[in-house]
This record gives sequence, C-alpha cells and structure tokens, in this order.
Amino acid sequence: MTYAHDALGALADPTRRRIFERLSSGPAAVGEIARGLPVSRPAVSQHLKALKQAGLVTDRPEGTRRVYQIDPAGLGAVRAWLDQFWLVALDAFKVEAERDDKAGPGEGGHI
Amino acid sequence: MRTIKPAPVRRSLEVKASLERAFEVFTTGFGRWWPHSHTIGKGKLKTAVIEPRIGGRWYGEDEDGATTDWGRVLAFEPPSRLMLAWQIGSDWRYDAEVITEVEIRFTSIAAGLTLVELEHRNLERLGDKFEEVRVTFESPNGWGMIMKLYAAAAEAA
Repeated sequence: MTYAHDALGALADPTRRRIFERLSSGPAAVGEIARGLPVSRPAVSQHLKALKQAGLVTDRPEGTRRVYQIDPAGLGAVRAWLDQFWLVALDAFKVEAERDDKAGPGEGGHI
Repeated sequence: MRTIKPAPVRRSLEVKASLERAFEVFTTGFGRWWPHSHTIGKGKLKTAVIEPRIGGRWYGEDEDGATTDWGRVLAFEPPSRLMLAWQIGSDWRYDAEVITEVEIRFTSIAAGLTLVELEHRNLERLGDKFEEVRVTFESPNGWGMIMKLYAAAAEAA
C-alpha cells in the first residue's frame, strides 16, 4: 500500500472530514459519531477504517465499544498537513513559472 | 516509544516553462510566488527568500521588516536540484536541531516543459518537537484552517 497519498485521499471525502473534525473535540465511539451525522453506523465504521489506514486516527477497545481518537503521535496529522502545505505552495509556483515574461510586472525590461 | 516512521511527502507537477526558468523562479523568484499564508512569523508576510548558495538562509520577512528563519539551503545545483532544510520545531519556531529535508528536482521533459518533483522527508524528526504543534492543530482554529484548505483543494480537483 502506498502510504504517500493516503492522508490527502482520506480527507478528500467531506463526510470523512466531518468525522475527523468531530474527533478533534475529543475521542468518541462509533455510535456517538454516527448519531451526529446523516450517515449510517456501518458507513461511519468504513470511514473510520480509512482514516485509521491513513494514519490520522487510532482506536482502542472500551468494553464492547471501539473508541476512536486523533492519532496521539500526531505524525499522521502533521504529514497530512505538510502534504497540503506543499500542494498549495507548488500550485502558486506553477502559476508564477508559467506566467508570460512580457505580460508580467517586475521582470527586466523587454521591448 | 515512537516506532511510526511516516512516509515522505511527495508531490510532482509539470510546469510549462524551460528548465532554467523553472529553477530561477523557484529560487531567485521565491518571494514572487510563496503563499503569504505559509509563514510562522508573528506579522504579515511581505516576502520570502531562499539565499542562492549552500548554507544560505531560507526565511520570511514581515511587513515591519522582521525576518523569521524557516531553514537553510542544503544543496544548490542550478538548474536541476535544490535541497532545503525545513526546521520548524516546537512552538512553531525555527529550531536548529530539527532538520527535515526538502529536495526539489527539475527535469526537462521537452522544450518549455519541466517536471518538478518535491520530496519532504525525515518527518519522524518532527515528532519529538512537534507535540505542542499537534495541540495547536487540534484546537478549533488549527483544524479549521486545515479543513478549509482540504475542502478547497478537493473541490478544485
């Protein structure tokens, strides 16, 4: 499995982002998360599995429940952040590099 | 005990520009394109600089003239290779002991078309120093900003 794209891919889905956001205010069991969303419990489970595979959340058993939380090591989340950081930066670089010399300001004078 | 070793961040893109222009814009022209949102300084970012030599500074400059180091230049090989040390540690500040490597390679695909590849690695070195930053991320403002960026990127795709 290529880990490299998992984090960005995992958060590309808006429902997964909402689940991730929900966990940012504290750990929660699957049922609790599902109750706050217009999504079925099994669907929430699948989304949590994807977030776990991307290294963004971890889980632990609590009696009969599974409680999820944002990865306490933080590295999955940091990596996801850096992934996005560089995407935004490189998009801006591409625009500037492709800008027509003659049309742009600040370049050496051309006639 | 930290056993997780995160994979490097890898991005690549094709740029409609010559190899020389691509390298020049990335380095000498850095301040013309670096997003103003991407800063750790206290004030608003006015410009950003990659000093064009090994050991050169990599920093942002605020509107009041204050500069904030982000890292150093580890390799400077025009027009094909640039390597920067990204050295943001705990408390969102420059930390000389944190060295993560950002390697950018430029390859000519055709006349006026260049492949630019970026790899940001050694991210496990951020782990020990990034605990406080993680807490910042987990605050409503931290995650809100990240989620907004993700939403924008996903919708633009």
